[in-house]
Amino acid sequence: MNTVQNFEIYAPKLVEKKEFFSPGHRACQGCGEVLALRLLLKGMGEDTVVANATGCMEIISSAYPCTAWEVPYIHVAFENAAAVASGVDAGLKALRRKGKIANRDVKAIAIAGDGGTVDIGFQALSGAMERGHDIIFFCLDNEAYMNTGIQRSSATPFMAATTTSPAGKAIKGQRTGKKNVPEIMVAHNVPYVATACPSYPIDLVNKVRKARDVRGPAYLHVFSMCPTGWRSASDAVIKLGRLAVETGVFPLYEVENGKYRITQEIPKKLRPVQDYLELQGRFRHLTPDDMALVQARVDREWRKLMNKVECLRPW
Amino acid sequence: MEKRKIKSKAWPEKWYEVNPGCIVFVPGNAREYKTGTWRSQRPLWDNKKCIKCGICYIFCPEGCIRETEEGYFAADLDYCKGCGICAHECWPGAITMQEEEE
Repeated sequence: MNTVQNFEIYAPKLVEKKEFFSPGHRACQGCGEVLALRLLLKGMGEDTVVANATGCMEIISSAYPCTAWEVPYIHVAFENAAAVASGVDAGLKALRRKGKIANRDVKAIAIAGDGGTVDIGFQALSGAMERGHDIIFFCLDNEAYMNTGIQRSSATPFMAATTTSPAGKAIKGQRTGKKNVPEIMVAHNVPYVATACPSYPIDLVNKVRKARDVRGPAYLHVFSMCPTGWRSASDAVIKLGRLAVETGVFPLYEVENGKYRITQEIPKKLRPVQDYLELQGRFRHLTPDDMALVQARVDREWRKLMNKVECLRPW
Repeated sequence: MEKRKIKSKAWPEKWYEVNPGCIVFVPGNAREYKTGTWRSQRPLWDNKKCIKCGICYIFCPEGCIRETEEGYFAADLDYCKGCGICAHECWPGAITMQEEEE
């Protein structure tokens, strides 16, 4: 048989070659969020209508009169990306029924940052998921409001220093943990919920393709590394994403009809969180005791997830 | 017919002209803005070490790395911002970052 050896190594060559996000956008050097966006558009293909909430990705891609998008794109206000995407979905459905557009499978997607998902756009997201529109919602989570200068959001992890939760004598950065939005989406009875990270590009593209084939709403939480806001080196960005997954800070899993499945290789023992924290300036103030606190939180979340993986069955 | 009408429109030529709704009719025209001037280091490929796996292509946030006709990879230096991700992730070690000296 004429098979290719070391198939996984050459897998990047099998990903869609066409770019739907053109070069010349104004993202920072080494932006992990724009990498996630580029990969997810490759997974979506050209039959896509994008509704994008305000945030980094809108600012860097569509500085008038330029646009980096090669698919239909609507810029909307901070709170209503999901609402506009559900409107686009309803409109496409009506036009298709009247025979005004070709009977093609055009998918409406909403893209928002973590602020546009977990804080400001949350009720629109909840509403769209509850109504069961045929849309995909992508949250590109870089763990703070990076666009306006690194203010904390409710996706900021425990003890991270931002400009509105600075580290000092009285408090040590963010005092609350990260809001678990994929979990909230599972509670909305969304058929497909997944977390992804651009450090695992083939996994990300496969999840996007899977979400595209789902009839009904789907939600993808994409971890996007931000060298500017996390105060890290621009070339270590992919490594940071990989460390976040390997330490259990951001586990990769998917939930299909209530059945949890871990999509990363499950290690016997997770790497210590310290490996991930010490590469970032936003965690520079942490003492070994603080690291132990963070480790305890991460372990707890990991145990919670593993319990669900073991116990829950499909609906 | 309708399609051709939209395609024939371009962006405003004068600074004071604005399309209604700020619609941009040319997809992907950010290409005209060359971000290569931001760069302080440029990636250099050593084709003897390259195994043509495409890791640099898949991890480039710019999307400026292209496959050449021989199957090797090269960056479009008009757009490369010099972040160094490709050099960091290339596991055969075929890419090095070189300081720009101009």
